[in-house]
Amino acid sequence: MRDILPTIEQWRTEGEEIALATVVRASGSSPRPVGAKLAVTASGRMAGSVSGGCVEGAVFETAREVLASGQPRLVRYGISDEMAWDVGLSCGGVIDVFIEKLL
Amino acid sequence: MAGFYQELRDAIAADTPVALATVVAGGQVGAKLLVYEDGRRSGSLGDAALDEQVAADALAMLAEGRSETRTYQSGDETPAEVYIESYLPPRRMVIVGAVHTAIPLEKFARELGYYTIVVDAREFFATRERFPDAHELIVAWPDEALSRLPLGPQTDIVLLSHDPKFEDPALEVALRSRAGYIGAMGSKKTSAERNERLRAAGFTDEQIARIHGPIGIDIGARSPEEIAISILAEIIAVRRGRDPRRGGRGLRPAKADPVDAAGERGA
Repeated sequence: MRDILPTIEQWRTEGEEIALATVVRASGSSPRPVGAKLAVTASGRMAGSVSGGCVEGAVFETAREVLASGQPRLVRYGISDEMAWDVGLSCGGVIDVFIEKLL
Repeated sequence: MAGFYQELRDAIAADTPVALATVVAGGQVGAKLLVYEDGRRSGSLGDAALDEQVAADALAMLAEGRSETRTYQSGDETPAEVYIESYLPPRRMVIVGAVHTAIPLEKFARELGYYTIVVDAREFFATRERFPDAHELIVAWPDEALSRLPLGPQTDIVLLSHDPKFEDPALEVALRSRAGYIGAMGSKKTSAERNERLRAAGFTDEQIARIHGPIGIDIGARSPEEIAISILAEIIAVRRGRDPRRGGRGLRPAKADPVDAAGERGA
């Protein structure tokens, strides 16, 4: 959080709507630990990461849906996921990512 | 959760330890509760009994700097999954000896999220020109400076001055502290000689074994930058419960420790 805080602050002064994605559970050899964060703006800016880059694209899309609906989402990514071939973690880990609008 | 970000941000900015609990599934998804070290709370997860349970767990987790998702069952309702994240102030690194290697070490440590403190008795070494971004620059005898600093498990001490006159008294203060890591520059020979002096000064072998010296893991480092990396690599290994002196194999399970120096996991 601390590392992306200055960016989030900057975005807020610019009036951006921000969604925050957090790894809330990680198992197997997931690339980023619990607590890893990715912030996304409605305008399409990004800061931080929740994986080694494998699922950021999918999280980015969901984050923008969350911003539009205002409803937080809990999403699982990993090889056990049906979407493994699209957005799976190549390392075989499984992560749960909570995505919410920053208020 | 209106205003939670603001309150969290203020706590982080003020280096106030705080745990943030969020319902991520079941129950009132998105509801938040902030719990401070002194038990002070703000917000609610939407259920008074759940708040009580989570606040108690959050305090214990905050003390260890842990973050995880836990499941709470209340009555016949769907269990609530609550993600609890600990936010601790950044780890501190005290670098004794504002020598050449201290420059990249301070810089890289800051990059890792450390709050950095550089100490040297020689004012022409400990200058802002050499350490423009160090959080603190202290011109004082190292043992006096260390005696005035809080040296708890969240503080790592690196002694680079290489000179017994500065280093021995500082090491004595370090060894009496609960610092998370103590490392001292020097060859095998000077390390052995230093240990001998500390033994003569009354320190036990167990106490002396806390000192990592020669400092750093052996990656064949030569330049000050490379040496700084070997030192930081060793500190990371020690914090994660690995012993780099044994080929990086874990001697004990990694301690519940904030994942990065910035006092939080991952982020």
